[in-house]
Amino acid sequence: MLDDFFTRAVIGGIGVALVAGPLGCFIIWRRLAYFGDTLSHSALLGVALALLFEVNITFAVFGISVIVSLLLMLLQRRASLSSDALLGLLAHSALAVGLVVLAFMSWVRVDLMGFLFGDILAVTPFDLAIIWGGGVAVLAVLVRIWQPLFAATVNYELATAEGAQPDLANIVFMILMAAVIAVSMKIVGVLLITALLIIPAATARRFSTSPEQMAVIAAIVGVGSVWLGLLGSLEWDTPAGPSIVVAALGCFVISVLPVPGGGRRARAGVSASAPSTAAPDRDPT
Amino acid sequence: MVRDRDMLISLENAGIQRSERWLVRGVSMSVAPGEIVTLIGPNGSGKSTTAKMALGVLEADEGKVQRKPDLRVGYVPQKLDVNWTLPLSVSRFLRLTNRASGSQIKAALSATETGHLATAQMSSLSGGEFQRVLLARAILRSPDLLVLDEPVQGVDFNGEIALYKLIEDIRSRLDCGVLLISHDLHVVMSTTDRVICLNGHVCCSGTPANVALSDEFRSLFGEHAASGLALYEHRHDHEHLPDGRIRNGSEAGIDA
Repeated sequence: MLDDFFTRAVIGGIGVALVAGPLGCFIIWRRLAYFGDTLSHSALLGVALALLFEVNITFAVFGISVIVSLLLMLLQRRASLSSDALLGLLAHSALAVGLVVLAFMSWVRVDLMGFLFGDILAVTPFDLAIIWGGGVAVLAVLVRIWQPLFAATVNYELATAEGAQPDLANIVFMILMAAVIAVSMKIVGVLLITALLIIPAATARRFSTSPEQMAVIAAIVGVGSVWLGLLGSLEWDTPAGPSIVVAALGCFVISVLPVPGGGRRARAGVSASAPSTAAPDRDPT
Repeated sequence: MVRDRDMLISLENAGIQRSERWLVRGVSMSVAPGEIVTLIGPNGSGKSTTAKMALGVLEADEGKVQRKPDLRVGYVPQKLDVNWTLPLSVSRFLRLTNRASGSQIKAALSATETGHLATAQMSSLSGGEFQRVLLARAILRSPDLLVLDEPVQGVDFNGEIALYKLIEDIRSRLDCGVLLISHDLHVVMSTTDRVICLNGHVCCSGTPANVALSDEFRSLFGEHAASGLALYEHRHDHEHLPDGRIRNGSEAGIDA
């Protein structure tokens, strides 16, 4: 089954979407969209360093993402620049340094487009092992820190005062983000990772009444987007990564459209149930 | 007098500094089990900062802060924003930092008269409902210490009195200490055991009646705040200058 490139692409994409959905919810709740962008842009620096030192690209990207997020935490405490300026500075410097380092390495031939926009159709069985192994690990850790992380998301001070240890949860969350970016780079590329994190979560919001529900729905929407995007990509010969993001966007647009006759249906449901409850009271004769 | 080690929290000459400016300094205070202590002071006087320092949310830059080991805290922060992106029902919010059974949630909500809101979304609550739900969540934890930072904001006057009455009931029922932050001494007077008047430092402290009559309180809140109460001359030992500095007088200190 894994011999077929399309099957591997679908399995890899689904693996990434399952993890990106729940993490994306936290990115939306905590307003971290630009932070996700910064991490993914810096991934290219990881790619360059991996090629330079001939180490595994996924692990190098993961390492660089962790370093960048720690650097960001440190700078936020000390520097006088605002957070968004710092994020912009880190994001684009890391991207630029990565590109310059790649240019210097004239002896390696790099498919830059593959890193920027993903190369899901070239996913190998080994990539699948990393995506699913890493994905399961990330989800397991996320479930473990869910309670304190969510408490810290609602109110950091409250979580601290009541002993939920939000600092630890926050650091672990950053590491999880770095891991997801490292494993999803192959699927959608560094420039589109944030989209896969955010759009399914934003789509899920409309249909959710609890945070846990939103995480599950986001994962499902992500899986659907991967499936639709890849089908579309096959059908119309469009690039796979961007096609997945376009499919996700389609789901989002549908989710924000007003439901035609939604209000009427709700009322009809109430009146339809009324006669059935009244029925037993009626005298059979 | 309860000894220091029996206190839920105690601060000794504690202070917090930010960019070379002391937000609060030289704060000494404590809360005993079953006691309601009210922090009072004008905006920017460091009430919330003092409470956060006592809770360990902010680290004291000088002085000593002690909490009873394994202290169970129920905290109602001054600001808590649940924006629309967060789907959060009232009953899920009540389980934010602890597990709770359905009946515990029901009991906490009905204690604050918000039982009908269990399935409502937090972002859809009115100001008064929101404050009551915050309180319900804090008492659900059966805390040793309740810390309430302006718990009546957005509540109308009658509701305010009812809410303070409720806080007093909770104190007697749970026998917990309460650290209350307020800017209106009149409403809390009947409820509170001890008042600490803050303005960057502890201006004066004592029973509500004594504090209300002190010059310190009058100069901070104006004559009208103390009106309707019998005259009680009190000597002060310092003066607040417009730039926030404090001029020490030669007169005797306050021991209200």
